[in-house]
Amino acid sequence: MPEPMGFYTDTTVCIGCKACEVACKEWNQLPSTNGGLNTLSGDSYDNTRKLDGIHWRHVKFIEQFTEDRKDGRWLLMSDVCKHCVNAPCLEVCPTGAIVRTEFDTVVIQSDTCNGCRDCISACPFGVIETNPVSGIAQKCTLCYDRLQVGMEPACSKACPTDSIQFGTIKELRETANQRVAQLQKAGESRAYLYGADEKMLGGLNSFYLLVDKPEVYGLPPDPKMPTRNLASGSWFSLLGAVLVGLMGVINFRNRGARVEGREEQP
Amino acid sequence: MNTVPSSTFFSAPPDWGWLIVFYFFFGGLAGGCYFLAVLIDFFGRDEDRPLARLGYYISFPCILISGLLLTLDLQRPLRFWHMLIESNTYRPIFKYWSPMSVGSWALLLFGIFALLSFLGALVEDNRLAWPAGRKIRPPTMLGRMIGLIGGIFGFYVAGYTGVLLAVTNRPIWSDTPLLGMLFVVSAASISAALMILLAQRSRWTMPGLVALHRIDTWVVALEFLVLIGVMISLGPVFRAWLNAWGLLLFFGVIVVGMLIPLALYWRREWLGDRNVTTAATLVLVGGFILRLLIVFSAQGV
Repeated sequence: MPEPMGFYTDTTVCIGCKACEVACKEWNQLPSTNGGLNTLSGDSYDNTRKLDGIHWRHVKFIEQFTEDRKDGRWLLMSDVCKHCVNAPCLEVCPTGAIVRTEFDTVVIQSDTCNGCRDCISACPFGVIETNPVSGIAQKCTLCYDRLQVGMEPACSKACPTDSIQFGTIKELRETANQRVAQLQKAGESRAYLYGADEKMLGGLNSFYLLVDKPEVYGLPPDPKMPTRNLASGSWFSLLGAVLVGLMGVINFRNRGARVEGREEQP
Repeated sequence: MNTVPSSTFFSAPPDWGWLIVFYFFFGGLAGGCYFLAVLIDFFGRDEDRPLARLGYYISFPCILISGLLLTLDLQRPLRFWHMLIESNTYRPIFKYWSPMSVGSWALLLFGIFALLSFLGALVEDNRLAWPAGRKIRPPTMLGRMIGLIGGIFGFYVAGYTGVLLAVTNRPIWSDTPLLGMLFVVSAASISAALMILLAQRSRWTMPGLVALHRIDTWVVALEFLVLIGVMISLGPVFRAWLNAWGLLLFFGVIVVGMLIPLALYWRREWLGDRNVTTAATLVLVGGFILRLLIVFSAQGV
C-alpha cells in the first residue's frame, strides 16, 4: 500500500506564471475555453477566476494595495482540490462515484457520476463543478493515472519555482514546517500552514503556506463536514412530523363534537 | 471577502433550479397528502373516507412527477439508476448518512405504497374492477400496514429535502438545522390546502373537511413559528436575506402565504363563500414561494 500522497503549495514563491494551469489542462485534455467562450476578466491578470469542471488548477491573483497604490503586494496562490482526509464530497455522493484511492487522494469516477451535483454544494472550498462537455462533476484527480505509473502530477512537474511540491504527506509536512520556521526567522511572522494537520477535515492532502488570513485567499477559515447537521436536522424534522400528526389526530378525533357544538360547516 | 459570517460562504452553488423547486413542491404534496390521508383513514369516521381517497389520488401522481423532475435534473438522466445500484458492481448502494442516497430509496419505496393506496382508492370508488383491491384499504390489517409504512415514507419524502439542503456547505441551507422541520410542516400546510380546495370544488361537506380547515390553520401558525426559528438560527448569515429575497420572504411567504390565510381562516365572514378557497390558494402560493426562495437565494450568495 503506497503512502498518502499530496501537494504542499508554498504561496510565497508562486510567480503567477500559470504553468500549472496549462500543464493540468494539457495532460487531462480539458478544453481551454468554455464552449467557445473565451472571456477576459477585465480587471485582473486572473482570467480563470475560479476552479470548476474544466479548470482543475487556478492561480489566484490577490492585489493588496493602498488607495494611492504607492504601497502594496501581490498574493499569488495556485489553488486545487484539497483531497481532504475526511472529504465532504465523498461523504454525500449518493452514487459512490467519488472514491478514495490507494494514494489517499479523492477521485470522481466519470463513468459512475450522474450529475446530481450534491458534491458541489458539499465541498466547503468550492472546488467541484460540472464539466459542460461531459455533463458530470469533475475536479483534480491528483493525476491518478500518472501516480499509478510512478509519475509526478503534471502541475507540480511544470511548476518552475517549486511553489507546488508533490510527495508523501509526511515528507511534505516536514518540508513545510522547515519553510515556515525559515520565513519566521527572516521576519515574515505571518507565515503559517493551512490544513497541514488533522484539525481541518482530518487533514488536507493538498495544504498551503499562507501569509494572510485564509479568507484573503478565498479559503474558508473553518471548513466543516456537511453531516454536522444530519442528526439535528433529522430530529427537528421528526418533531415537525409529530406535531403535525398530533394536530391531525386531535382534530380528526374531535371534529364530530365540534361540528355539532359550533354548527361549523366547511 | 475579508469578513464573512460563516465558512459556508466559500462553497459553490450546485445550480439546482426550477426543476428542483417544482420537485420540492410536488414532493411535499405527495408526502403531505399521503400523511394526511393516513391520519383520516386511521382517526376519521366512515363518512370521511372520500377525503382520504382524495389524498391518495393527489399523492401518487405527485410522486410520479417528482421522480420525473429529479431524473430530468440530472446532468446525465439515463444514469438515474446509479442512485440505487452501484454501476460498476451492480450491487445496491445505500449510504444512510447521505440524505440524497436515503431519499432516492425512500422515493422508490414511497412510490410503491402510494401506488397501492391509489389503486385501493380507485377500487373503493368503483372505478377499478379488482376485487382483491379492497383488502389494501383500511380497516383491513393489510390496509393499515400499507398506510402506516407508507405514511412514514410520506413523512420522510416531505421532510428529507430540507435535511438534504442542511447536509451541504452552502450558506443559509447548512447554517440552520431547521429546514427539514420547515419543509415537513410546510408540506402538511400545502397538502391540507390542496385537499380543501379540491374538496370544496366537489362541494363536499363531510365533517373531516372541517377538521382539515382547523388543521391547516394550526399548521400554518406552526409553520410561521418554525420560519421565525429558521431566521433566528441563521444568526449573522441572515444578512444574506437583507435584499430582494428578504422582501419576497416577508411579503410572499409570511404575509401572502401565512398571515392573510390565517386571518381568512379565523374570520370566515370576510369573503363569504370564497373565504376558505382564497386562504387555501394563498397557502399553496406561499408554499411554492418558500421553496423557490430557499432554493435560489442560497445559490445567489
